[in-house]
Amino acid sequence: MTPHLPIYMDYGATSPCDPRVVDAMIPWLREHFGNPASRSHAYGWEAEAAVERAREQVAALLQADPREIVWTSGATESNNLAIKGAAEFYRSRGDHIVTVKTEHKAVLDTCRELERRGFRVTYLPVQSNGLLDLDRFRDAISEPGTILASVMAVNNEIGVIQDMTALGRLCRERGVVFHVDAAQATGKMALDLTTLPVDLMSLASHKSYGPKGIGALYVRRKPRVRLEAQMHGGGHERGMRSGTLPTHQIVGMGEAFRIAREEMGSELERIRSLQQRLLAGLKGIEEVYINGDLLQRVPHNVNASFNFVEGESLIMGVKGIAVSSGSACTSASLEPSYVLRALGRSDELAHSSLRMTIGRFTTAEEIDTALALLQDRVAKLRELSPLWEMHKDGIDLSTIQWAAH
Amino acid sequence: MAYSDKVVDHYENPRNVGSFDKGAADVGTGMVGAPACGDVMKLQIKVNSETGLIEDARFKTYGCGSAIASSSLVTEWVKGKSLDEAMEIRNSQIAEELALPPVKIHCSILAEDAIKAAVADYRAKSRVEA
Repeated sequence: MTPHLPIYMDYGATSPCDPRVVDAMIPWLREHFGNPASRSHAYGWEAEAAVERAREQVAALLQADPREIVWTSGATESNNLAIKGAAEFYRSRGDHIVTVKTEHKAVLDTCRELERRGFRVTYLPVQSNGLLDLDRFRDAISEPGTILASVMAVNNEIGVIQDMTALGRLCRERGVVFHVDAAQATGKMALDLTTLPVDLMSLASHKSYGPKGIGALYVRRKPRVRLEAQMHGGGHERGMRSGTLPTHQIVGMGEAFRIAREEMGSELERIRSLQQRLLAGLKGIEEVYINGDLLQRVPHNVNASFNFVEGESLIMGVKGIAVSSGSACTSASLEPSYVLRALGRSDELAHSSLRMTIGRFTTAEEIDTALALLQDRVAKLRELSPLWEMHKDGIDLSTIQWAAH
Repeated sequence: MAYSDKVVDHYENPRNVGSFDKGAADVGTGMVGAPACGDVMKLQIKVNSETGLIEDARFKTYGCGSAIASSSLVTEWVKGKSLDEAMEIRNSQIAEELALPPVKIHCSILAEDAIKAAVADYRAKSRVEA
């Protein structure tokens, strides 16, 4: 890493390509440039072989059949294809879809679009730890006309892991197609589709040390799940997703998933110890709250609210580390994170959050540097904070009538 | 988001941070904004009753860098001004001075409101005493 750049603690946004991934990709940009769909010469044959090898590597991480993997441009497209594709295909059976308020926008906005097309969507709340209440989920999918449920494996903001086995079983019992957005899960937890009752699974490459611009959708063969294609053209990917396959991207994702499968065990242990180091350091700061369940969570994610300090000003003060704010204040919207709001966090805490996501190249020294920076800056900003002053004076902020502006 | 040099300067070196005794007769306090919106500004002015001029000012702000900079800036601007002159400070002047982008204009509006609230508080107090 170039020394003048801040310490990268935003692996949840994207991860750097593993150097081995880059090396694997280059030949497919240089001499081996063929179109994998070209059947009449060696350029095409070798590209096709590379694509199929990568398909096996991606399938292997999930214990899936390579024929169940459909290449897409990324998890957003996979989510669109899965949700719109299944909803449209099974429309004759019903029009009700169940999802969760804390899903990624790629799922929520896709569901909104389906509402516009006449489907009914239930957006389930989560508990204060970020996890779904199974009884509420069961009730929601038991509603007549339910055809599809979509629940993410690992939440992108708070890192909590939903119980896919239990949710999937409930769906199976009712003949509801179960889609899982696993963009933040691959390489971070075991995913075994021989036992997980999941019908469709969205996969990203760039969150798992592969290149951006490539992803995949797992589409179960047994019992078979059908989709209405969303991209029409040359009939690639068995008609489910047309478009010339980007061999180098696919090879990169395959290599990234191969590394994930082979190294996940030792990597998780290391990242867990870094997470513990980070959590221990944060405990030394007053009024810090960790968002999301602490146990049902990938170790890569620490989402913390620094009470009485506004998130954007905190990020501005810790330029030495690249993190993201749960608060959407950086955009035109003044709304705090909808995920934290769904956990029932107060406005102050929702506005005061920081997402730190660590990964393969994070070191213990980086964690210590980040902690020192945070301690210093939080103290400075609290000096400046009228809310902190009121808190120290023993005033309960929830009793105050604020004039909203 | 890229911040202007002036915003960064006020954020790194905020002027006149702190609090006066809210109960003092010569102090006017304005607290505006709400935690729900992500900004709360507290501006206090200390007024010389003989000259009618603002002698000193303090602020504390919970909010983004632009909100901190806006309130820090107005503590400098109100000093030495009469109450009427302070009331003439417009959010557009604050936004221009700090080169705030459109999404941060509300920070300058809040700072203008904070001045008005502090002056109103002082005037209400002095009326009661008079």
